[in-house]
Amino acid sequence: MANLNLTLKVWRQLNAEDHGRIETYEARDISDEASFLEMLDIVNERILEDGGEPIHFDHDCREGICGMCSLTINGIPHGKDRGITVCQLHMRTFKDGDIIWIEPFRSRAFPILRDLMVDRTALDRIVAAGGYIDIRTGAAQDANNLPVEKDKAEAAFEAAACIGCGACVASCKNSSAMLFVSAKAAHLNYLPQGAPEKQKRTLSMVRQMDEEGFGNCTNQYECEAVCPKEISADNIAKLNRDYALSSIKEAVS
Amino acid sequence: MLNSNIPSGPIEQKWTNHKFDSKLINPANKRKFKVIVVGSGLAGGAAASTLAELGYQVSCFCYQDSPRRAHSIAAQGGINAAKNYRNDGDSIQRLFYDTVKGGDFRSREANVYRLAEVSNAIIDQATAQGVPFAREYGGLLDNRSFGGAQVSRTFYARGQTGQQLLIGVYQALEKEIGRGGVTMHTRSEMLDLVTVEGHAKGIIVRDMVTGEITSHAADAVILATGGYGNAFFLSTNAMGCNVMAAYRAHKRGACFANPCYTQIHPTCIPVSGDYQSKLTLMSESLRNDGRIWVPKNADDCKKNPSDIPEADRDYYLERKYPSFGNLAPRDIASRAAKEACDDGRGVGPSGLGVYLDFHDATQRLGQETISARYGNLFQMYGKITGEDPYQTPMRIYPAVHYTMGGLWVDYNLMSNVPGLHVLGEANFSDHGANRLGASALMQGLADGYFVIPATIAPYLASQTPGSVTTEHAEFKKVEEEVRERVGRLININGKRTVDSFHRELGHLLWDKCGMARDKAGLEEALDRIPGIREEFWENVRIPGSGNNVNAELEKAGRVADFLEFAELLCHDAHDRKESCGGHFRTEYQFTEKSPEVKAGKTQPGEAKRDDKNFSYVAAWEFKGVGKKPKLHKEPLEYEAVKQTIRSYA
Ligand SMILES: Cc1cc2nc3c(=O)[nH]c(=O)nc-3n(C[C@H](O)[C@H](O)[C@H](O)COP(=O)(O)OP(=O)(O)OC[C@H]3O[C@@H](n4cnc5c(N)ncnc54)[C@H](O)[C@@H]3O)c2cc1C
Ligand code: FES
Repeated sequence: MANLNLTLKVWRQLNAEDHGRIETYEARDISDEASFLEMLDIVNERILEDGGEPIHFDHDCREGICGMCSLTINGIPHGKDRGITVCQLHMRTFKDGDIIWIEPFRSRAFPILRDLMVDRTALDRIVAAGGYIDIRTGAAQDANNLPVEKDKAEAAFEAAACIGCGACVASCKNSSAMLFVSAKAAHLNYLPQGAPEKQKRTLSMVRQMDEEGFGNCTNQYECEAVCPKEISADNIAKLNRDYALSSIKEAVS
Repeated sequence: MLNSNIPSGPIEQKWTNHKFDSKLINPANKRKFKVIVVGSGLAGGAAASTLAELGYQVSCFCYQDSPRRAHSIAAQGGINAAKNYRNDGDSIQRLFYDTVKGGDFRSREANVYRLAEVSNAIIDQATAQGVPFAREYGGLLDNRSFGGAQVSRTFYARGQTGQQLLIGVYQALEKEIGRGGVTMHTRSEMLDLVTVEGHAKGIIVRDMVTGEITSHAADAVILATGGYGNAFFLSTNAMGCNVMAAYRAHKRGACFANPCYTQIHPTCIPVSGDYQSKLTLMSESLRNDGRIWVPKNADDCKKNPSDIPEADRDYYLERKYPSFGNLAPRDIASRAAKEACDDGRGVGPSGLGVYLDFHDATQRLGQETISARYGNLFQMYGKITGEDPYQTPMRIYPAVHYTMGGLWVDYNLMSNVPGLHVLGEANFSDHGANRLGASALMQGLADGYFVIPATIAPYLASQTPGSVTTEHAEFKKVEEEVRERVGRLININGKRTVDSFHRELGHLLWDKCGMARDKAGLEEALDRIPGIREEFWENVRIPGSGNNVNAELEKAGRVADFLEFAELLCHDAHDRKESCGGHFRTEYQFTEKSPEVKAGKTQPGEAKRDDKNFSYVAAWEFKGVGKKPKLHKEPLEYEAVKQTIRSYA
C-alpha cells in the first residue's frame, strides 16, 4: 500500500450551452488501493468541503457491467488498460506525480450534459429501430425445443457482452457507432431465433445509426482496442456483409 | 386493513383458477388505460413491455440514462426454474418447497407456489428473445447448482446472467418504445406518489438534467424500483439504488412489510479502506467449486495460505453442514464467516475475511475449465485486489446484498393503497426471511412478465379510464410539496457532505442492525438515528441549483429518506423477538442446552424461530417522521408445507 499525489486536468462544463474548459485539481494522499472513481469521490469530497461544486460524472454499478461510467483518461476512453471500464480502473496503475487528463466521451452524437456526463440516448434509439426479436410475452415454445450449436451460442454471447457504454464511438475519429451496432446485430443474427427478422433488423438499425449523426467506419479499429468487453471488430465485417445482402434483397423484392 | 386476497382451493390450482375468475379488459378498451411503471429493471421493464404489448398505454421511468442500466444488470450467477432438464428430481413442488424453507418459513405459500409455477415460462421467454444462456455440446441449455438446493436448476449466461436477461427485457421494451406503446423517461426520478381519494393515480418526477418537476397521471401506478440495501451505505448494490420511491409511497399510506429481513451475502470482496464506495459481490456460483476455509489456529492467520497444511485448515461449512457443504444458504454461510472471524481466525489485513479456495477444483478440472466457468469473476477479483485468484485463494467477507422486505402487496401484487402495485425486489412477497440464490431474477421476471399483466386487470376494470388528470388539485398540492422540499435541501447550506451523513448512518446500521442484532443495540440505533437526521437537515451542504444536473441534490434526496427509513428498519428488527433467516437476534439462538440440539435436529448458534408468536408478516403503517409506525399483522398460514426447523446439516 502506498499513497499517491496526482494532478488532475478535468473538463468542466456547467451544461450543454456552456463552453467548457479544463481545470486543474491536486489529488493528494490517494491510496493506491482505491478505484479511479473512488479517487474522484475523494477529490469531490474535498471540493465540497472547500465550498465548490463537485466534478460530475456518470456511474452506477461500479463493477464494469452497467455501462454508465464514461470517462476519457489521457485521451483513451476508459483509460489505457485493456478490457475494463473506468470504474474497474485502480489507482495502483498510476505513479506518484502523474498528471491525469479526464475528459468526457466526445462525439457529435453524444451532447455533453454537464462536466463529464454525456447524452447517449442515440444508442437506445438504434436498438428501438430493430435491435430485438419480436416475441410476445407468453408466446414462446419450450426453450429446449430449439437446440443451438454451442459455437453459435458462444459467438452470440461474445457479441451480446456489449454494455452499451459508447467507448467505441468516443474512440473513433469519425464517431462511428459500427462496433456497437454490429455487436447488437451479430448477437441476434447468429441465433436461429433471430433469423426471421435478420434483414429488417440489419437495415433499420444501420439506417437509424446514420440518422443519429454517427460517422462512417473507415476500419481504424480504435473501437476494438478500447472496448471494455473486447468485442471483436469482425462483427463489423459481418454487419457490412449482412447489410449489403439485405439491401440487395430489399431492392429486388 | 390487510387482505392478502389469496384465492381459495388447492395450492396447485390457485393461480389457474384466479386467472379464470379475474375480470378481463377487452382489447379495444385496454388502450384507454394508462399505466405508470417506475423502474426499468427485470421487474419494471418486463411489466412495461408486456403491458404495452397487451395494448395499455405505458409510461416508464428510470433514473439512469438508459433503461438497460437498471441494477438487475449486475446479477451474475443465474436464474432458477423448475424445468428438471437434468432429470435430477426437480419439480415445481420442489422449487416451491426449497424457496419456502430457504425463506425460513416466513413467506406466503400461495405466492411462492405461483412463482415456481411460472418459472419455466421465464426460461422459454428469455430464450426466444435471444438471451444467450449457457449450452451443452448437444445444443441444449446447461444448468448449475446454487445455495439451498440439492438439484441443478440454475440457468446462467457465464457470470452475466442479469445483464443478458436485462438486455432481453430492454430489447422488448425498446421494441415497444419504437412502436409507441411505451413512453420512456430516462434520467427521471420519482420524488412522490399522488393519491386521489385513496387511490394511486400518479407520480411527481424530477428531470435530472433540467431539474424540471412535473406531474404524471395514470389509471394505475406500478413501482419496480429495487431494494434498499444502500441504507447501509456499503453494499453490493449500485451507487444509485435507493428506497425513495417505496418510502414516498409508504409515507402516502402504503404499508412497508418486514423491513428487517435483509440479506447479507457471504462472498464479497472485503472492505479495504474508508474511501470505499461500494462492495463487490463474488457470485455464489463460485461455491460450486470453491472451498471456504479459515486457519484452525488464530496464530496462522497472517501466514501465506499455501504454507498452512491441510490438517490446520477448518473447512467450516463442510464441517458444520455436511450435506450442503459450501452450498449452505446465504444467511447461514454469512453467519458462519462472522463467527470464524469473531473467533480471531479471520484472514487478510483487517482480519475480516475468509478464504475461498479453488486449488482442489483446479487440480480436478484444470485451469481451463475453471476459467471457462468463472473467468470474468476471477478477472474482476484480480482487478480490484491486485491478486491472482488462480495462484492464491480469494479472500471474501459478507456484505449487504439484497432486501427481502419491501412494500406489502396482496396476491395481485397490489399494495394496501388501491391502484399501487409493487414488483420485484421492491415488494416483500416471495422470499420470506431469506432469499435463495438465483431466485430474485426469477421473481422480478415472474412479476413483470406473467403476474402483473394478469392481476392488474381486475383493478383497472373497476376504474373509469382517464378519470383523474394532472389538473386535479392533489397533483398541484403534492408537486408544491416536492418543490418545497427540493428548495429546502438546497437552502440548508451547511458544512457537511451528503456522503458523510450516509456513511455515518450506514456504519451505525451495520453495527447495530447488520448480521447480528440485539435489543440493546437496536435501542441504541433508534436513539441515535434521529440525531443524525436532525443534523442532516441543519448542516448538509448541497452546492449549485435545482435547475441543472446536481448529483449532490439527488444523493441528498435519497439519503434523507434513508435517514427516516432506518428507524423503520430498526423498529421492525426490535419488534421481531425471534431469529429467522437474515434476521438474527443474538438473544434467540439454539444453545447446547436446547432440547432440539440434544435431539440432534440442529446445532448451537443456529437461528431460533418462534412460530407460535411470530408467524406473521409485519406490515408497518407510517405515523409521522420520528414516530413509531403502527404494526399490522398478516398471519402466515402453512397448508402445503409444514414449518420445521430449517436444517442443512
Ligand atoms: C451484485 C448483485 C448480483 C446479483 N446476482 C443475482 C443472481 O445471480 N441471481 C438472482 O436471482 N439475483 C441476483 N441479484 C439480485 C437481483 O439482481 C435483484 O434483486 C433484481 O435484479 C432486482 O430487480 P428489480 O427489477 O426489482 O430492480 P432493479 O433492477 O434494481 O431496478 C430498479 C429500477 O428502478 C429505477 N428506480 C429506482 N428508484 C427510482 C426512482 N425514485 N425514480 C425513478 N426510477 C427509479 C431504477 O432506475 C431501475 O430502473 C443480485 C444482486 C446484486 C446486487
Ligand atoms: S459504473 Fe457501471 S460499468 Fe462502470
